[in-house]
Amino acid sequence: MRARLALAALLYAGSAAAQAIPAAERRSGTDFMSAQTRAVQADDTANPGMLWVLQGETLWNEPAGASGRSCASCHGEAAASMRGVAARYPAFDAASGAPIDLAGKIDQCRTQRQQAETLPRESEDALGLAAYVGHQSRGMPIAPPNDPRLDAARAEGKRLFETRMGQLDLACSSCHDAYWRGRLGGSAVTQAHPTGYPIYRLEWQAVGSLQRRMRGCMVGVRAEPFAYGAAEFIALELYLNSRAAGMPVETPAVRP
Amino acid sequence: MSRTLVSVPKTARAGDIVDIRAMIAHPMETGYRMGPNGQAIPRNIIRHFACDYDGEEVFSAEFHPAMSANPFVAFSTVATKSGTLTFRWTDDDGKVETASAEISVS
Repeated sequence: MRARLALAALLYAGSAAAQAIPAAERRSGTDFMSAQTRAVQADDTANPGMLWVLQGETLWNEPAGASGRSCASCHGEAAASMRGVAARYPAFDAASGAPIDLAGKIDQCRTQRQQAETLPRESEDALGLAAYVGHQSRGMPIAPPNDPRLDAARAEGKRLFETRMGQLDLACSSCHDAYWRGRLGGSAVTQAHPTGYPIYRLEWQAVGSLQRRMRGCMVGVRAEPFAYGAAEFIALELYLNSRAAGMPVETPAVRP
Repeated sequence: MSRTLVSVPKTARAGDIVDIRAMIAHPMETGYRMGPNGQAIPRNIIRHFACDYDGEEVFSAEFHPAMSANPFVAFSTVATKSGTLTFRWTDDDGKVETASAEISVS
């Protein structure tokens, strides 16, 4: 009953023009979590996301592909070379002339520099590397690049964020802009700031990417989700990062 | 793959109670779930966890299918002497995964 009321309230909220969240009221998803979940996230010896970070560290130093080189062969110590990198992604990729997300960039490095097989999206190894690289930016502010070549994709991301989709006819903004003070099915509706990705979700019992999370929402509103790595998802990531600009990176965050 | 994450204080004074944490990446598949094709996913869990302190077992636990994936165990023991803590996770097939950490006791 409560869930139905919440949904009714949501639909109502969604019908009003969604208001962007004022800068002073921006809160990371962590703020909406229970004290227990926050404690798990804050303690590296209890945060299960650190298992993926450790795995990423192993992969970072492991030679791969025909080149026989590891990530470390070119980039050196990740603590120095990768510091702040994840905070800047998605970025513009001159080679393809399109925006690229961090997972895509890692894959590009693997195929072109290491001459190795691509890591499938959402595979343990891909998430491990992304979590390891993301972890090096922990505590740094999200800094979307000020690149005019990204403007079109960012605008497209904003449009997608505000576009109603699926059988429930809800846009991302219907919940995450207009209804973030509320709850849905007992869970907090957050402001959709991607501060902690890849995150460990207790529901998944694993680490997952922002795109997996967005697919979850799309399935939730009975829309057909975009494919992993699709231009639409990268545009959405660009827009979400511009909304969250300046908020500290928390990778790997923990969510219920 | 670094599958385990253990936390043991590096130093302690003799007689201190020290907190120990151990986590392992494991699916802990219950055997009760179905895959997308309608076929049962075979059970795959860790049965037994034990911690040895300088060769002597100080903690052990039986795990059952209700444990979550990536099981996390926290317990305490008394620091008696400098030595190695060894952690052992034994799964359904009898495969053992180990990790260790040093503690120096003054």
